[in-house]
Amino acid sequence: MNDVKIVSLVGGIAIVLVMVELLRRRQLKEKYAVLWLAVALAVAVLAVAPGLLDAVAGWLSVADPVNLLLFVGMLVLLSVCVHLSWECSRLEDETRSLAEEIALLRNLVEQREPPP
Amino acid sequence: MPLPSRVLVVIPAYNEEATVAGVVQEVRAALPSADVLLVDDCSTDGTRAVALTTAAQVLTLPINLGVGGAMRAGFRYALRYGYDAVLQVDGDGQHDPQDAPRLIAALADADLVIGARFAGTGDYDVRGPRRWAMRLLARTLSRVTGARLTDATSGFRVCNGRTLELFARHYPAEYLGDTVETLVIVARAGLTVAQVPVTMRDRAGGQPSQSPVRAAVYLFRVVLALGLGRLRRYDFAEGVRVPV
Repeated sequence: MNDVKIVSLVGGIAIVLVMVELLRRRQLKEKYAVLWLAVALAVAVLAVAPGLLDAVAGWLSVADPVNLLLFVGMLVLLSVCVHLSWECSRLEDETRSLAEEIALLRNLVEQREPPP
Repeated sequence: MPLPSRVLVVIPAYNEEATVAGVVQEVRAALPSADVLLVDDCSTDGTRAVALTTAAQVLTLPINLGVGGAMRAGFRYALRYGYDAVLQVDGDGQHDPQDAPRLIAALADADLVIGARFAGTGDYDVRGPRRWAMRLLARTLSRVTGARLTDATSGFRVCNGRTLELFARHYPAEYLGDTVETLVIVARAGLTVAQVPVTMRDRAGGQPSQSPVRAAVYLFRVVLALGLGRLRRYDFAEGVRVPV
Protein backbone atom coordinates (compact mmCIF):
# COMPACT_ATOMS: atom_id res chain seq x y z
CA MET A 1 0.00 0.00 0.00
CA ASN A 2 1.33 3.41 -0.87
CA ASP A 3 1.07 6.50 1.35
CA VAL A 4 -1.86 8.10 -0.48
CA LYS A 5 -3.89 4.93 -0.07
CA ILE A 6 -3.19 4.74 3.63
CA VAL A 7 -4.05 8.40 4.18
CA SER A 8 -7.39 8.16 2.36
CA LEU A 9 -8.25 4.89 4.06
CA VAL A 10 -7.49 6.33 7.49
CA GLY A 11 -9.50 9.45 6.57
CA GLY A 12 -12.52 7.43 5.47
CA ILE A 13 -12.45 5.23 8.56
CA ALA A 14 -12.04 8.29 10.82
CA ILE A 15 -15.14 9.94 9.34
CA VAL A 16 -17.15 6.76 9.84
CA LEU A 17 -16.03 6.53 13.47
CA VAL A 18 -16.80 10.19 14.19
CA MET A 19 -20.27 9.81 12.66
CA VAL A 20 -21.02 6.66 14.61
CA GLU A 21 -19.85 8.34 17.82
CA LEU A 22 -21.97 11.47 17.16
CA LEU A 23 -24.97 9.26 16.47
CA ARG A 24 -24.30 7.24 19.61
CA ARG A 25 -24.23 10.40 21.71
CA ARG A 26 -27.46 11.51 20.05
CA GLN A 27 -25.77 14.67 18.74
CA LEU A 28 -26.69 14.06 15.13
CA LYS A 29 -30.00 13.36 13.46
CA GLU A 30 -30.06 10.20 11.39
CA LYS A 31 -30.90 12.07 8.17
CA TYR A 32 -27.62 13.99 8.29
CA ALA A 33 -25.54 11.04 9.44
CA VAL A 34 -26.61 8.84 6.54
CA LEU A 35 -25.16 11.29 4.03
CA TRP A 36 -21.79 11.60 5.74
CA LEU A 37 -21.57 7.87 6.35
CA ALA A 38 -22.09 7.35 2.63
CA VAL A 39 -19.36 9.87 1.82
CA ALA A 40 -16.99 8.26 4.32
CA LEU A 41 -17.63 4.80 2.93
CA ALA A 42 -17.04 6.05 -0.61
CA VAL A 43 -13.71 7.56 0.46
CA ALA A 44 -12.66 4.30 2.14
CA VAL A 45 -13.67 2.19 -0.85
CA LEU A 46 -11.83 4.42 -3.30
CA ALA A 47 -8.77 4.31 -1.06
CA VAL A 48 -8.67 0.53 -1.15
CA ALA A 49 -9.56 0.23 -4.84
CA PRO A 50 -8.47 3.32 -6.76
CA GLY A 51 -8.96 1.35 -9.97
CA LEU A 52 -12.70 1.78 -9.42
CA LEU A 53 -12.42 5.51 -10.02
CA ASP A 54 -10.49 4.93 -13.24
CA ALA A 55 -13.13 2.47 -14.43
CA VAL A 56 -16.04 4.83 -13.72
CA ALA A 57 -14.18 7.70 -15.38
CA GLY A 58 -13.63 5.44 -18.37
CA TRP A 59 -17.34 4.61 -18.68
CA LEU A 60 -18.24 8.26 -18.50
CA SER A 61 -15.46 9.18 -20.95
CA VAL A 62 -13.83 11.51 -18.43
CA ALA A 63 -10.21 11.82 -19.47
CA ASP A 64 -8.77 12.43 -16.02
CA PRO A 65 -10.31 10.42 -13.15
CA VAL A 66 -9.29 13.15 -10.68
CA ASN A 67 -11.57 15.60 -12.50
CA LEU A 68 -14.48 13.23 -11.99
CA LEU A 69 -13.66 12.98 -8.31
CA LEU A 70 -13.50 16.77 -7.91
CA PHE A 71 -16.70 17.29 -9.90
CA VAL A 72 -18.68 14.78 -7.89
CA GLY A 73 -17.23 16.12 -4.65
CA MET A 74 -18.25 19.65 -5.60
CA LEU A 75 -21.79 18.55 -6.48
CA VAL A 76 -22.15 16.75 -3.17
CA LEU A 77 -20.94 19.79 -1.21
CA LEU A 78 -23.18 22.13 -3.17
CA SER A 79 -26.26 20.04 -2.53
CA VAL A 80 -25.39 19.78 1.15
CA CYS A 81 -25.14 23.58 1.34
CA VAL A 82 -28.46 24.09 -0.40
CA HIS A 83 -30.05 21.54 1.86
CA LEU A 84 -28.72 23.28 4.97
CA SER A 85 -29.99 26.67 3.74
CA TRP A 86 -33.37 25.09 3.27
CA GLU A 87 -33.35 23.56 6.72
CA CYS A 88 -32.22 26.89 8.15
CA SER A 89 -35.10 28.78 6.51
CA ARG A 90 -37.55 26.24 7.84
CA LEU A 91 -36.12 26.51 11.32
CA GLU A 92 -36.38 30.31 11.18
CA ASP A 93 -40.02 30.02 10.19
CA GLU A 94 -40.66 27.65 13.05
CA THR A 95 -38.80 29.89 15.48
CA ARG A 96 -40.87 32.83 14.30
CA SER A 97 -44.12 30.98 14.91
CA LEU A 98 -42.93 29.90 18.35
CA ALA A 99 -41.92 33.46 19.24
CA GLU A 100 -45.37 34.70 18.23
CA GLU A 101 -47.03 31.98 20.24
CA ILE A 102 -44.92 32.76 23.29
CA ALA A 103 -45.82 36.45 23.00
CA LEU A 104 -49.53 35.59 22.75
CA LEU A 105 -49.37 33.23 25.71
CA ARG A 106 -47.34 35.65 27.82
CA ASN A 107 -49.92 38.33 27.12
CA LEU A 108 -52.59 35.92 28.32
CA VAL A 109 -50.73 34.76 31.41
CA GLU A 110 -49.28 37.90 32.89
CA GLN A 111 -51.39 40.70 31.55
CA ARG A 112 -54.88 42.01 31.72
CA GLU A 113 -58.08 40.29 30.74
CA PRO A 114 -58.17 39.23 27.09
CA PRO A 115 -60.82 41.02 25.06
CA PRO A 116 -64.19 39.19 25.09
CA MET B 1 -68.22 46.24 1.83
CA PRO B 2 -69.51 46.69 5.38
CA LEU B 3 -67.36 48.74 7.69
CA PRO B 4 -65.59 46.79 10.45
CA SER B 5 -67.16 46.69 13.89
CA ARG B 6 -64.16 45.54 15.92
CA VAL B 7 -60.95 47.34 15.07
CA LEU B 8 -57.61 46.42 16.58
CA VAL B 9 -54.86 49.03 16.38
CA VAL B 10 -51.48 47.28 16.20
CA ILE B 11 -48.43 49.35 17.09
CA PRO B 12 -45.13 47.61 16.29
CA ALA B 13 -42.42 49.12 18.46
CA TYR B 14 -38.70 48.56 18.63
CA ASN B 15 -36.84 50.77 21.11
CA GLU B 16 -39.49 53.47 21.14
CA GLU B 17 -39.78 54.08 24.88
CA ALA B 18 -39.87 57.85 24.35
CA THR B 19 -42.83 57.91 21.97
CA VAL B 20 -44.89 54.79 22.52
CA ALA B 21 -47.04 56.02 25.43
CA GLY B 22 -47.97 59.18 23.52
CA VAL B 23 -48.92 57.18 20.44
CA VAL B 24 -51.20 54.90 22.48
CA GLN B 25 -52.87 57.93 24.05
CA GLU B 26 -53.42 59.63 20.70
CA VAL B 27 -54.81 56.47 19.17
CA ARG B 28 -57.26 56.01 22.02
CA ALA B 29 -58.38 59.61 21.69
CA ALA B 30 -58.86 59.30 17.92
CA LEU B 31 -60.51 55.86 18.03
CA PRO B 32 -62.21 55.45 21.41
CA SER B 33 -63.99 52.23 20.42
CA ALA B 34 -60.91 50.42 19.10
CA ASP B 35 -58.63 48.18 21.15
CA VAL B 36 -54.91 48.86 21.07
CA LEU B 37 -52.18 46.22 20.90
CA LEU B 38 -48.55 47.16 21.36
CA VAL B 39 -46.08 44.67 19.95
CA ASP B 40 -42.71 45.06 21.62
CA ASP B 41 -40.25 43.59 19.13
CA CYS B 42 -37.73 42.52 21.77
CA SER B 43 -36.68 46.09 22.54
CA THR B 44 -33.50 46.64 24.52
CA ASP B 45 -34.74 49.83 26.15
CA GLY B 46 -37.71 50.38 28.44
CA THR B 47 -40.36 50.03 25.73
CA ARG B 48 -41.99 47.07 27.43
CA ALA B 49 -42.10 48.75 30.84
CA VAL B 50 -43.64 51.87 29.32
CA ALA B 51 -46.07 49.78 27.31
CA LEU B 52 -47.33 48.05 30.43
CA THR B 53 -48.21 51.40 32.01
CA THR B 54 -50.55 52.22 29.11
CA ALA B 55 -54.06 50.96 28.59
CA ALA B 56 -52.95 48.86 25.63
CA GLN B 57 -52.60 45.11 25.45
CA VAL B 58 -48.95 44.16 25.11
CA LEU B 59 -47.28 41.39 23.12
CA THR B 60 -43.65 40.86 24.02
CA LEU B 61 -41.66 39.02 21.38
CA PRO B 62 -38.83 36.96 22.88
CA ILE B 63 -36.65 37.56 19.81
CA ASN B 64 -36.41 40.48 17.42
CA LEU B 65 -38.44 39.67 14.32
CA GLY B 66 -38.61 43.03 12.54
CA VAL B 67 -41.72 45.02 11.64
CA GLY B 68 -43.16 42.21 9.52
CA GLY B 69 -42.68 39.70 12.33
CA ALA B 70 -44.24 42.01 14.90
CA MET B 71 -47.18 42.67 12.59
CA ARG B 72 -47.87 39.00 11.91
CA ALA B 73 -47.97 38.41 15.66
CA GLY B 74 -50.52 41.24 15.78
CA PHE B 75 -52.57 39.71 12.96
CA ARG B 76 -52.61 36.36 14.75
CA TYR B 77 -53.77 38.10 17.92
CA ALA B 78 -56.53 39.82 15.93
CA LEU B 79 -57.61 36.53 14.36
CA ARG B 80 -57.56 34.72 17.67
CA TYR B 81 -59.77 37.29 19.37
CA GLY B 82 -62.12 37.85 16.48
CA TYR B 83 -61.32 41.36 15.27
CA ASP B 84 -62.44 42.25 11.76
CA ALA B 85 -59.95 45.01 11.02
CA VAL B 86 -56.35 45.78 11.89
CA LEU B 87 -54.93 49.30 11.76
CA GLN B 88 -51.15 49.58 11.80
CA VAL B 89 -49.61 52.68 13.34
CA ASP B 90 -45.86 53.08 13.81
CA GLY B 91 -44.60 53.40 17.35
CA ASP B 92 -42.31 56.33 16.56
CA GLY B 93 -45.11 58.86 16.31
CA GLN B 94 -44.68 59.76 12.64
CA HIS B 95 -48.31 58.86 11.89
CA ASP B 96 -51.10 61.09 13.09
CA PRO B 97 -53.91 58.92 14.53
CA GLN B 98 -56.34 61.73 13.71
CA ASP B 99 -56.21 60.41 10.14
CA ALA B 100 -57.17 56.91 11.29
CA PRO B 101 -60.98 57.30 11.05
CA ARG B 102 -60.64 58.36 7.41
CA LEU B 103 -58.48 55.33 6.70
CA ILE B 104 -61.02 53.01 8.31
CA ALA B 105 -63.88 54.67 6.44
CA ALA B 106 -62.09 53.91 3.17
CA LEU B 107 -62.48 50.18 3.95
CA ALA B 108 -65.96 50.62 2.48
CA ASP B 109 -64.40 50.34 -0.99
CA ALA B 110 -61.21 48.40 -0.41
CA ASP B 111 -59.74 45.48 1.51
CA LEU B 112 -56.49 47.29 2.33
CA VAL B 113 -56.10 51.04 2.73
CA ILE B 114 -52.73 52.77 2.75
CA GLY B 115 -52.18 56.14 4.36
CA ALA B 116 -49.90 57.94 1.93
CA ARG B 117 -47.95 61.15 2.30
CA PHE B 118 -49.25 64.06 0.28
CA ALA B 119 -47.12 64.30 -2.81
CA GLY B 120 -44.80 67.22 -2.21
CA THR B 121 -45.43 67.72 1.49
CA GLY B 122 -42.54 66.77 3.68
CA ASP B 123 -40.77 65.39 0.65
CA TYR B 124 -37.06 65.77 0.38
CA ASP B 125 -35.17 66.04 -2.86
CA VAL B 126 -34.49 62.54 -4.12
CA ARG B 127 -32.54 61.54 -7.20
CA GLY B 128 -30.40 58.70 -8.47
CA PRO B 129 -31.06 55.09 -7.51
CA ARG B 130 -33.39 55.99 -4.66
CA ARG B 131 -35.59 57.99 -7.00
CA TRP B 132 -35.61 55.13 -9.52
CA ALA B 133 -36.52 52.76 -6.72
CA MET B 134 -39.42 54.93 -5.61
CA ARG B 135 -40.66 55.33 -9.17
CA LEU B 136 -40.34 51.65 -9.89
CA LEU B 137 -42.24 50.88 -6.71
CA ALA B 138 -45.04 53.32 -7.40
CA ARG B 139 -45.47 52.22 -11.01
CA THR B 140 -45.20 48.49 -10.52
CA LEU B 141 -47.44 48.40 -7.47
CA SER B 142 -50.02 50.68 -9.08
CA ARG B 143 -50.15 48.32 -12.04
CA VAL B 144 -50.26 45.17 -9.90
CA THR B 145 -52.97 46.45 -7.56
CA GLY B 146 -54.90 48.54 -10.06
CA ALA B 147 -54.93 51.47 -7.64
CA ARG B 148 -52.92 54.67 -7.78
CA LEU B 149 -50.25 54.21 -5.13
CA THR B 150 -47.62 56.85 -4.47
CA ASP B 151 -46.29 55.82 -1.06
CA ALA B 152 -46.26 52.05 -1.05
CA THR B 153 -43.78 51.71 1.81
CA SER B 154 -46.00 53.57 4.24
CA GLY B 155 -46.53 51.70 7.49
CA PHE B 156 -49.82 53.49 8.17
CA ARG B 157 -52.43 51.10 6.84
CA VAL B 158 -55.64 49.34 7.73
CA CYS B 159 -57.00 46.04 6.47
CA ASN B 160 -60.33 44.24 6.81
CA GLY B 161 -61.12 40.75 8.04
CA ARG B 162 -60.42 38.86 4.83
CA THR B 163 -57.08 40.55 4.41
CA LEU B 164 -56.01 40.06 7.99
CA GLU B 165 -56.79 36.36 7.73
CA LEU B 166 -54.46 36.22 4.73
CA PHE B 167 -51.83 38.27 6.56
CA ALA B 168 -51.98 36.05 9.66
CA ARG B 169 -50.81 33.25 7.38
CA HIS B 170 -48.44 35.04 5.02
CA TYR B 171 -46.85 38.17 6.35
CA PRO B 172 -43.24 38.37 5.19
CA ALA B 173 -40.69 39.24 7.86
CA GLU B 174 -38.00 40.39 5.45
CA TYR B 175 -37.04 44.00 4.85
CA LEU B 176 -39.62 45.61 2.51
CA GLY B 177 -41.57 42.36 2.70
CA ASP B 178 -44.07 43.86 5.13
CA THR B 179 -44.85 46.76 2.80
CA VAL B 180 -44.00 45.96 -0.81
CA GLU B 181 -44.47 42.21 -0.92
CA THR B 182 -47.73 42.34 1.02
CA LEU B 183 -49.26 44.58 -1.64
CA VAL B 184 -48.37 42.03 -4.31
CA ILE B 185 -49.82 39.24 -2.14
CA VAL B 186 -53.05 41.18 -1.62
CA ALA B 187 -53.41 41.86 -5.34
CA ARG B 188 -52.73 38.23 -6.22
CA ALA B 189 -55.39 37.14 -3.73
CA GLY B 190 -57.89 39.25 -5.66
CA LEU B 191 -58.29 41.80 -2.87
CA THR B 192 -58.47 45.53 -3.53
CA VAL B 193 -56.17 48.31 -2.37
CA ALA B 194 -56.87 52.01 -1.94
CA GLN B 195 -54.81 55.00 -0.91
CA VAL B 196 -55.82 57.83 1.39
CA PRO B 197 -53.68 60.96 1.69
CA VAL B 198 -52.40 61.65 5.20
CA THR B 199 -49.88 63.98 6.78
CA MET B 200 -46.72 62.52 8.23
CA ARG B 201 -44.78 64.10 11.03
CA ASP B 202 -41.02 64.30 11.16
CA ARG B 203 -39.43 61.11 12.26
CA ALA B 204 -37.48 61.34 15.46
CA GLY B 205 -34.79 59.21 13.88
CA GLY B 206 -34.06 61.59 11.01
CA GLN B 207 -34.17 61.10 7.28
CA PRO B 208 -33.21 57.99 5.35
CA SER B 209 -29.66 57.92 4.10
CA GLN B 210 -28.88 59.64 0.83
CA SER B 211 -25.69 57.70 0.12
CA PRO B 212 -25.75 56.43 -3.49
CA VAL B 213 -24.46 53.01 -2.52
CA ARG B 214 -27.19 52.50 0.04
CA ALA B 215 -29.74 53.83 -2.42
CA ALA B 216 -28.55 51.30 -5.01
CA VAL B 217 -28.83 48.53 -2.44
CA TYR B 218 -32.33 49.80 -1.68
CA LEU B 219 -33.22 49.64 -5.37
CA PHE B 220 -31.95 46.08 -5.55
CA ARG B 221 -33.98 45.09 -2.51
CA VAL B 222 -37.09 46.70 -3.98
CA VAL B 223 -36.70 44.62 -7.13
CA LEU B 224 -36.10 41.53 -5.01
CA ALA B 225 -39.19 42.15 -2.85
CA LEU B 226 -41.34 42.73 -5.93
CA GLY B 227 -39.97 39.62 -7.59
CA LEU B 228 -40.42 37.44 -4.52
CA GLY B 229 -43.99 38.61 -4.12
CA ARG B 230 -44.71 37.47 -7.66
CA LEU B 231 -42.77 34.26 -7.47
CA ARG B 232 -43.75 32.84 -4.10
CA ARG B 233 -46.57 30.41 -3.72
CA TYR B 234 -49.24 31.32 -1.21
CA ASP B 235 -52.45 29.60 -0.14
CA PHE B 236 -55.09 32.07 -1.14
CA ALA B 237 -58.07 29.81 -0.61
CA GLU B 238 -60.35 30.93 2.17
CA GLY B 239 -60.63 28.48 4.98
CA VAL B 240 -56.95 27.56 4.95
CA ARG B 241 -56.24 28.24 8.58
CA VAL B 242 -53.29 29.09 10.69
CA PRO B 243 -53.31 27.40 14.05
CA VAL B 244 -54.81 30.24 16.09
